[in-house]
Amino acid sequence: MAGVGGGNDFQWCFSQVKGAIDEDVAEADIISTVEFNYSGDLLATGDKGGRVVIFQREQECKNRPHSRGEYNVYSTFQSHEPEFDYLKSLEIEEKINKIRWLPQQNAAHFLLSTNDKTIKLWKIGERDKRAEGYNLKDEGGMPRDPFPITSLRVPVLKPMDLMVEASPRRIFANAHTYHINSISVNSDFETYLSADDLRINLWHLEITDRSFNIVDIKPANMEELTEVITAAECHPNQCNVFVYSSSKGTIRLCDMRAAALCDRHTKFFEEPEDPSSRSFFSEIISSISDVKFSHSGRYMMTRDYLSVKVWDLNMENRPVETYQVHEYLRSKLCSLYENDCIFDKFECCWNGTDSAIMTGSYNNFFRMFDRSSRKDVTLEACRESSKPRALLKPRKVCTGGKRKKDEISVDSLDFNRKILHTAWHPNDDIIAVAATNNLYIFQDKFN
Amino acid sequence: MAGADGDDSLYPIAVLIDELRNEDVQLRLNSIKKLSTIALALGVERTRTELLPFLTDTIYDEDEVLLALAEQLGNFTMLVGGPEYVHCLLPPLESLATVEETVVRDKAVESLRKISQEHSPVDLEVHFEPLVKRLASGDWFTSRTSACGLFSVCYPRVSSTVKAEIRQHFRTLCSDDTPMVRRAAASKLGEFAKVLELDYVKSDIISLFTALASDEQDSVRLLAVEACVSIATLLPQEDLETLVMPTLRQAAEDKSWRVRYMVADKFSELQKAVGPEITKNDLVPAFQNLLKDCEAEVRAAAANKVKEFCENLPEDSRENVIMSHILPCVKELVSDTNQHVKSALASVIMGLSTILGKDNTVEHLLPLFLAQLKDECPEVRLNIISNLDCVNEVIGIRQLSQSLLPAIVELAEDAKWRVRLAIIEYMPLLAGQLGVEFFDEKLNTLCMAWLVDHVYAIREAATCNLMKLVEKFGADWAQNTIVPKVLGMANDPNYLHRMTTLFCVNSLSEACGQEITTKQMLPVVLKMSSDPVANVRFNVAKSLQKIGPVLDSSALQGEVKPILEKLASDQDMDVKYFAQEAISVLALA
Repeated sequence: MAGVGGGNDFQWCFSQVKGAIDEDVAEADIISTVEFNYSGDLLATGDKGGRVVIFQREQECKNRPHSRGEYNVYSTFQSHEPEFDYLKSLEIEEKINKIRWLPQQNAAHFLLSTNDKTIKLWKIGERDKRAEGYNLKDEGGMPRDPFPITSLRVPVLKPMDLMVEASPRRIFANAHTYHINSISVNSDFETYLSADDLRINLWHLEITDRSFNIVDIKPANMEELTEVITAAECHPNQCNVFVYSSSKGTIRLCDMRAAALCDRHTKFFEEPEDPSSRSFFSEIISSISDVKFSHSGRYMMTRDYLSVKVWDLNMENRPVETYQVHEYLRSKLCSLYENDCIFDKFECCWNGTDSAIMTGSYNNFFRMFDRSSRKDVTLEACRESSKPRALLKPRKVCTGGKRKKDEISVDSLDFNRKILHTAWHPNDDIIAVAATNNLYIFQDKFN
Repeated sequence: MAGADGDDSLYPIAVLIDELRNEDVQLRLNSIKKLSTIALALGVERTRTELLPFLTDTIYDEDEVLLALAEQLGNFTMLVGGPEYVHCLLPPLESLATVEETVVRDKAVESLRKISQEHSPVDLEVHFEPLVKRLASGDWFTSRTSACGLFSVCYPRVSSTVKAEIRQHFRTLCSDDTPMVRRAAASKLGEFAKVLELDYVKSDIISLFTALASDEQDSVRLLAVEACVSIATLLPQEDLETLVMPTLRQAAEDKSWRVRYMVADKFSELQKAVGPEITKNDLVPAFQNLLKDCEAEVRAAAANKVKEFCENLPEDSRENVIMSHILPCVKELVSDTNQHVKSALASVIMGLSTILGKDNTVEHLLPLFLAQLKDECPEVRLNIISNLDCVNEVIGIRQLSQSLLPAIVELAEDAKWRVRLAIIEYMPLLAGQLGVEFFDEKLNTLCMAWLVDHVYAIREAATCNLMKLVEKFGADWAQNTIVPKVLGMANDPNYLHRMTTLFCVNSLSEACGQEITTKQMLPVVLKMSSDPVANVRFNVAKSLQKIGPVLDSSALQGEVKPILEKLASDQDMDVKYFAQEAISVLALA
C-alpha cells in the first residue's frame, strides 16, 4: 500500500483529470466537495453551481487492462438552485457545501447534498427496461383509430439502453437559521445530523417536517458570541456519539444517551496554547476547519490552518500526533490575512486503514502523512504531469536561505490555486483531489 | 356489426391500460386504483400472464403509485383465478417489498401477509416460504427488513422441518450486520414469539430478546422493550423472574435515555404483562426511579403514566404503595424545573383523587392541585382546570373554588390568545360544576369581556361559549343576564363589536327560543339594518336568514320582509347579495 510500504513511500501516479482545461474558470464550475461512497465504486463531487456529478469506477476488463479503476461520469444533476429569502432579503447560494452517501440499501444509491440552508436526499437509480404497446396510439404517439377495439393490449417491457436517473426523494428545509457547514449520517442509518454556525439538528431520514435541536450555542445576546461551530461528525460505529469542532480550536464530544439536549459535552479536547508562539493571528489559525473520525472510531483528526492533529478519543488534553501542513506560511500570515486566505477551510481525510492522512494546501499542493513512519510528502495536482501512469514528483518549498534546485520559493506560491477538498477511496489506494474546477484522480503506482 | 357493443365497453379499459404509463402521476395513480377493473376485463388468464409480469417491473414509479399498487395486489386473489393461483401475486409483491420507501415496503408486506392466508398449506411451502427465504437472505437490507414481517404468518402453517428453517432465518436476522434489519427483527420479535411453541419461546426467543435488549445501538434496544410486553404475556408467571425480569430491570436503568423513555412509555402494558407480584416488588421502585430520572423527557413520559400505574396496582396494597412510594415522587414533580413534566403530571394527577378517596385527597392531593393552579406555566393550569370533573366527584369543587377563581381570571387575561382560547373552551364545563350562582358572581363578566377581545378567534369562541352556557342554564337565565348585555353592544361605536351582537344573536336565538328572539333580539337586528357600515348591514341579512326559522310567520312577513327588501336594493353589492339570498332561503319573495 502506498505510503506504508517501507522503501517506496508515497509513490503515486496520475490516473485521470476531469473538468475543462480553460484558463479562466467559471465560478459555477469550482468544485466544493468530493466524496467516495462506502464501496468506493462511486465518487461524487458538488460544485458552486449547485450541480452534483457522480463518477463510477469501471469494472476491470480484459481487452483494456489499463482502464481498471478509471472513473467515468455516471450521472450529473442539478441538486440546488439559487434562491432568495424574501423575509430576510438574503440570497441563498446554490453551492453544494457537503455530500454524504447513505449505505446502500437496494440496487439504487442514495446521497444527501446540502447548500447553506436546505438538505436534499437524492436517489440515483438505473433503468434498463421500457414498456411498449399502447391501445389507443402507436409507438410513435400517433393516435390509432379508436374503433373498433377488438382486443386489449397490455404493455410489455423491452430492454433498452441503460439510463441513470437522479430523483430528489426528500427535502429537509427550514431548520437552519445559519449556514450549514456539515452533515453526517449516523451509524444507526436512520438518523443524520446537520450543523450550522450555532446549532446542530438531528433528523430522521424519513421525516422532513421536523428535526430535533441537539446542540445550541447561540447566546441570548449575540454580542456575547465568542465561538461558532465549524464542523460536526457522527461516530462511525457508536450511534450515540458525535463531535463538533469550534472556531476556538476545541472539539466537544457528546453522548446522546445522556440527555435529549446535548448542551453539555462528555469530552472536551483542547491543546493548551504555547504562549511563546502567541500572535495576533493565533485565534484565527487555531480555528478548526474539519473534523473526521478514523474508520476504526478510535481516533479523530482535526485540521486547523497550519496543521493536522490526530486525537485519541481517550485523551482530551493533547493530540497524539501533530503534522505541520505548511509551516512556512507562519511568516506570511499578515498577507494571508489581507487577502482573506487565512479563512480558507481546508478539509482532511483518512486512508482506508487509518494509516495515512491527506490534506490540501496552496499552489495546488496536497500533503500526505504516514502515521507509522511519520514520513510526509508534498504532491502537486497539475496538468503538466498528467501523462497516464506518470509518477508524481514530490515537491519542496524553500523555507528561507538559498533556494535549491527543484525547490519553490514561498513567495512564488500561487494562493489562488488551493486544494480544499480531497477524498480517499475506502479500500484501495485511489485518491480524488479537487483543484478549483478540476478533479484529479491518482492511484498508487502498483495499480 | 357484431361485437360492436363489446368494442364500446373495451374503450374505457383501453384508456385505463394506456394511462398506466401516462406522464401524469395522477392519471397513473387513478389507473392503478382501478386495476381490478382492468384485470376483470382481461380475464384471469391474461391477468396472470401479461398484467402481473408488467406490474412486477414497474418498481420505478412514484411512491404513491407503488403504494396504491401494493395495496391493490393484496385484494387480487379472485382476479388471478382464486386461491389456486394466488402465488402469481408473489413476484410483483416481492419486488415491491425491496423498494427503499418504507411505506411502500410495509404495504407490500401487509398485502403479502393477507394473501398468505389464501395459500393452501402446500402452496405456502412451495411458493410463499421460498419467497420469505429469498427476502431474508437478500443482498440489501430492504428485503431483509421486509422478511421480518412475514415469518409469523407462515410459521403456524408449515411442516416442522420448515419451521426449524424459519426459526433459523429469524435468528440470523436478529444478529444482522445492519441496525435496520435488527430493528425490524426486534419490532417483530413479540409477534413471532406469539406463534411459536412455548418451548421454543423459552429456548430461542428469550436468548434473541436478551441479545437485542443489549444491542450496541440504542434504537434496537428500545424496540426490545416493546417485545418484552408480548413475551412476558406468553410466559408462565414462574418463568418471568428468571427469563424476562433481568432484561427489563436492565432496560429501566439503561444508559440511554431513549431506552428508559420507552420503558416509561410502555409502563402500563409492562405492568399488566408481569402481574401484581412483580409489580409490587420490582416495578414500583423502577417507576419511582423513572419519575426521578435525570432526563426530563423520561420524567414526562413517566408522569403521564402515574394515574394508570396507580389504578392498576393490586388492590390490597394500592393505597399503601401510592401513599408511601408514589406520592412523594409526585410531590417533587409538582415543582419540577421542566414545564413539559409539570404539564404531563397536571393532565393526570386529578385522576388520583378517585383512587385515594376523599380524606387522602383533601389532605395530600389538594395542596398539590392548588400549587399547580398557581403554576407559572399556563398549560399546567389549563390541564388542571380541564380535569376538574374527577375531583368534583370526590370532594366537590367548593374546596378548590377559592384558588380556582384567580387561576381562571389570570388565564382569561393571558397575553397569549391561544391560552385565552383554551380557557374559554372549558367555561361550559366549569359553569356546570361551579353552579349558576358562583358563575354569575365571578365568571359572567369574563365571558362578556371576551366578546370584545381584539382577536377574532376569541370573540368567535366567546359567542359559541354563550350558546353552550344558555343550553346549560336555560332561557330565563339568558334573558336576565346575557341578552341585555349582548344587545347593548349594538350601539357600540366600534363596528366589530356591533357585529359581535349579530354573531351572538345567530348562535343564541335557537337556545333562547321564539319569544326572546322575537321580542328582544329581532328589533335590535332590524334597527341595525340602517347601520352606516356595509359589513354590519350584510351581516344583518345573514342574521335574519339564520333566525328566520325561529320566528313566526307574522313577524317574518311583517317585520323581516320589508327590511330585507330594503337591503336588497342597497347600494353595496354584498349587502344586496346576502339580502337576496336570505329572501329566497326564507321564501319571502
